[in-house]
Amino acid sequence: MTSSPLANLATQKAGLLAAIAALATLDDLREAEPAITGKRSILSTLQKSLGSLEPDARREAGAQLQEARREVEAALELRRTVLAAAARAVLLESDRLDLGDVVVGAVRWPASAGHPGLVASTQRALEDVFVGMGFTVAEGPEVESDWYNFEALNIPPAHPARGMWDTFYVDLGEPETVVLRTHTSPTQIHLMEVAVAADSLPIHSVMPGRCYRRDTPDARHLAAFHQIEGLVVDRGITFADLAGVIETFTRAYFGPDIESRLRPAFFPFTEPSAEFEVTCTICRGEGCRTCSQTGWIELGGCGMLDPAVLEAVGIDGEVWSGFAFGFGVDRCAQMRHQIADMRALIENDTRFLRQFS
Amino acid sequence: MKISLSWLREFVDLPESMEDLRTILDDLGLVVEGIERVGEGLEDVVVARIDEVRTIEGADRVRLVIVDAGHGPVEIVCGATNFELGNYVPFAPVGAVLPGGFVIATRQMRGVTSNGMLCSARELGLSDDHLGLMVLDELTTPRAGQSLLEALALEPDVVFDISVEGNRPDAWSVEGVARDLATRLGRPLRAPSLATPEADVMTDSFAHAGIDDPELCGRLTVSVLRGVKVGPSPSWVVQRLQSAGMRPISNVVDASNLVMLELGQPTHPYDAARVAGHTLRARRARPGETLETLDGVRRELAKAGRGLGDTGEDCVIVDGDDHVLGLAGIMGGASSEISASTSDVLLEAAFFDPMAIARSSKRHGLRSEASNRFERGVDPNLALRAVARFVKILRESVPDLQWLANPLDVWGTVPTPPTIELRVGDIERGLGVELSSAEVTTSLEGLGFRVEPRGSSLFVTAPSSRLDVRSGTAGRADVIEEVARLYSYRRLPRRTPIWAAPGGLTDRQRLRRQIRDVAVDLGVFEAWTPTLGSDADFDLLYAGQLRVRITNPLASEESVMRATMLTGLVRAWGKNVERGTGDVLLGEMGAVFAHPDTTDEPRVTRGGVGGAVTLRLPRENERLTIVLGRLDDDATTAVALWSALADRLGLADVVVRTSGQAPPGFHPTRTALLVDRASGFTLGFVGEVDGELVSALVPLVTSRRLGVVDVDLDALADPSLATRRSALANVPSRYPSAVIDLAFVTPSTVHSADLAQALRDASTLVEEVALFDVYRGATLPDASRSLAFNVRFSSTERTLSEEEINGARAALITTASSLGAVLR
Repeated sequence: MTSSPLANLATQKAGLLAAIAALATLDDLREAEPAITGKRSILSTLQKSLGSLEPDARREAGAQLQEARREVEAALELRRTVLAAAARAVLLESDRLDLGDVVVGAVRWPASAGHPGLVASTQRALEDVFVGMGFTVAEGPEVESDWYNFEALNIPPAHPARGMWDTFYVDLGEPETVVLRTHTSPTQIHLMEVAVAADSLPIHSVMPGRCYRRDTPDARHLAAFHQIEGLVVDRGITFADLAGVIETFTRAYFGPDIESRLRPAFFPFTEPSAEFEVTCTICRGEGCRTCSQTGWIELGGCGMLDPAVLEAVGIDGEVWSGFAFGFGVDRCAQMRHQIADMRALIENDTRFLRQFS
Repeated sequence: MKISLSWLREFVDLPESMEDLRTILDDLGLVVEGIERVGEGLEDVVVARIDEVRTIEGADRVRLVIVDAGHGPVEIVCGATNFELGNYVPFAPVGAVLPGGFVIATRQMRGVTSNGMLCSARELGLSDDHLGLMVLDELTTPRAGQSLLEALALEPDVVFDISVEGNRPDAWSVEGVARDLATRLGRPLRAPSLATPEADVMTDSFAHAGIDDPELCGRLTVSVLRGVKVGPSPSWVVQRLQSAGMRPISNVVDASNLVMLELGQPTHPYDAARVAGHTLRARRARPGETLETLDGVRRELAKAGRGLGDTGEDCVIVDGDDHVLGLAGIMGGASSEISASTSDVLLEAAFFDPMAIARSSKRHGLRSEASNRFERGVDPNLALRAVARFVKILRESVPDLQWLANPLDVWGTVPTPPTIELRVGDIERGLGVELSSAEVTTSLEGLGFRVEPRGSSLFVTAPSSRLDVRSGTAGRADVIEEVARLYSYRRLPRRTPIWAAPGGLTDRQRLRRQIRDVAVDLGVFEAWTPTLGSDADFDLLYAGQLRVRITNPLASEESVMRATMLTGLVRAWGKNVERGTGDVLLGEMGAVFAHPDTTDEPRVTRGGVGGAVTLRLPRENERLTIVLGRLDDDATTAVALWSALADRLGLADVVVRTSGQAPPGFHPTRTALLVDRASGFTLGFVGEVDGELVSALVPLVTSRRLGVVDVDLDALADPSLATRRSALANVPSRYPSAVIDLAFVTPSTVHSADLAQALRDASTLVEEVALFDVYRGATLPDASRSLAFNVRFSSTERTLSEEEINGARAALITTASSLGAVLR
């Protein structure tokens, strides 16, 4: 009976571990690696020698060898991490720069202008129109509770109307209590709550912001998008004021030859509700493929504040009335610049960006 | 919902053109999303019989087909193979014009003449089927040469695809749409013809019904139909269903579907032989019960779902043995389905609580034509009228059908239609125009509302088909919307309101605009990078840390809310490098998100049902991040960019302070804090992107330095944290300044900005101190460098004398040496 090929394994392993511990640089490690774990290493030689054993003995020896190999490989990887960290530390140290010592006047700065994002500049243009009409601008958070995004807007839990919005839920609190806002409308609720608490009604505000819907992106939709919302709460406000504001805005933003019109629609937070359409900016109302030959393009939704919403925020509907409207900022950009595919907006391709100023 | 014009015309006279009707429907809020013309342009198409098929030499894709279209053999080259000799198919002869204006002409192919075209259903605009020719044998008893329209009993028709809004439960039917049109156009609405039950045999002699949970099931009617022979429906029924996009199945199922489309009442037919005790009862499902629905899925009932406010409540229909037959109002079970051998039918027509249906439907992920209608609210009074219509239709194919007398009719809880007081002036206060009582009354009565003048008010009671109409103030708004809708939104007045309060931007909004303008002026391209990213991206910088996670992401790469914009910007820069356009500065202003358990400042807000719960939401921190990616960019140019930005934003004194703590993703030894000297607050960071992050995100690029500026806009917008320069003007002296240079060998531990500030404070004569050169070299002591400052002295009162200048210079040198900086 010959002695086991693994008779000296413990010593051999200790030798390898010592060799690993002695490696001083990553280059050394790379050089030594084949001899430690590679095909010509002692471990591989031992592996080959197992072939001559009986099956049972071979299995046992194989397991033993495998265990040794794991240990050696783990030591090697640990050493690699340590050496890499040391190498990085050396590199970083040699790279060190005290930024307080930068002589700003000596830095060459080529004169070339950048470009604002199309969405941001569109949002600014929209804000400017509304500011000119007497609106202030307000903002709200992107992560909302279900109360602000839905229930206070007269969309109770499990209500079928929630199906109108494909909602992203956030893993916080009870299931489905935290959402990425599906519209800018929750900001209305925040504004009204603040105004009621501060006794500072009326409100005339627009609220731009980023919203999210669980929609697979396509040429006309992005899962993240921007809306601008308008809210007026004042005495004696009627549907005629809503229609007038929409019309004034439409002409101011799109041009004097673009008109607006309203048609009945349903939103849980407004009643009466309307969709508003504007003259197709492509064909100027003649009828084309973009507007399905109708001469009109649907832009957004609007309506008189639903009494249930006023009640949710504690505003007396006998004294105050108001309206809200909302539409897509990205959509306005798409219309104005005739961008066939919305996805261009998130590509951040400088060849696209440099067209806008 | 698809509704054909011919169907609408059964209910109301509509001589208007298709375009005019589209306009009217849109204006009524019944938005037409599409129009299909059926059977138009098929006048020239005839039925042909396939008599012979020959191969064409050298052609393997097409064959020569010889057909008889009533006038002897015609040779046609055809690519389809889905037919056999003797089949009948549609044939467009030479000269025919197909839908879409396609003119059929004689064609030469492979030396053979083709004298017309054999057509697929899609080519005829009859369906989307384009797999082969439309083979007619199964549909009709065709005759060669017969007009196709006649063979299919088709009349050219128009189908409107109407989008019905959530507050129009009544408009989910042909009758409902017709009612709107009739009211708007001032024309009578015709009622469909109905059957009457047999007088002699009572329903309760055969069947039984009950409601255990009256709040879930408001009404359960069960009718018994005997002598049913299951077979095909009459062709008009088939066409109606097809025009609405439904597939004909059998006369019983078709009648049920037709009634639902026409009147809005879903009904459910059961094979009576397969319903134990001929009994139908509605009750709440019990935990542990299961049901295999018609779609073959086994469903666990009464199991609470994840959704907010979902108790797991399911309403089911059970038989006499208390076995579950179906999910009420949503989908039936397989066990009691109508089959070819069914002879007795139990027909259920019911009213279910809309919210209960909505919750069940959502929880089981099961939507059906029935559940769509029930969850919006079916007219509780409609059931038996719908059954009478069902019987009328089924009798056409089953003339001996027997409908037993006194259908079972059990009531639970149904909503009471509200009565709303419309006061004088309410319409004007809502719409800005006063409409006459007569006009309001005509509109509302046309829609089925009951209007009763009492005193100066109108008391308006909603019809049972309008469960969307609420009571009280909300109901008043609902009624006003109906009045406005029928009057036409387009006719309502417009007025642009004015108010005394000025519009404008907040300081923060103005700051944001200013930042954007300055950044753009300095060469920054504004990017929009994703808010949602992958775990892998998050772990690159914050391995193992808590993150804000999306429960239901579209893809796993979009499941984590960003904690920085750095990753997105570097990746966007990398994409531009790939395109060869990477020589660029990319910046973004936006929110980054911190998990409420990892931040001292979570957002605390109301949430949960009724807003009764206090929720801790992620901190949303608005930041400005700019990545400097031009060829020569590095930490130095980043400092220059920041410096210009800070100057333009009017920041009084923000120090670029090197610190041992670089945030994740920043180069650990080439990053500095931006510290407001007055508040001590860190407004942001400037430096370089960590090379490891760059190579992880942009493998293409090796050893390229990326500068970075990252600023906290929340802090920048807060004047107590980001100190602004004084608004008071400092008019420069009219007397000449004296300019000297001072270079100090300064220990590395002393920041140049601190030394500069000390020099400024050292003498009242100092007008400005500016660093202009830094020298490091072997001639200097270890851990030190030479800082050279350009110092301007001046006085507002006089030209400074030599002595004064020397005195000030000495004061500066003394001050510097107190910091360890030695004049060189």
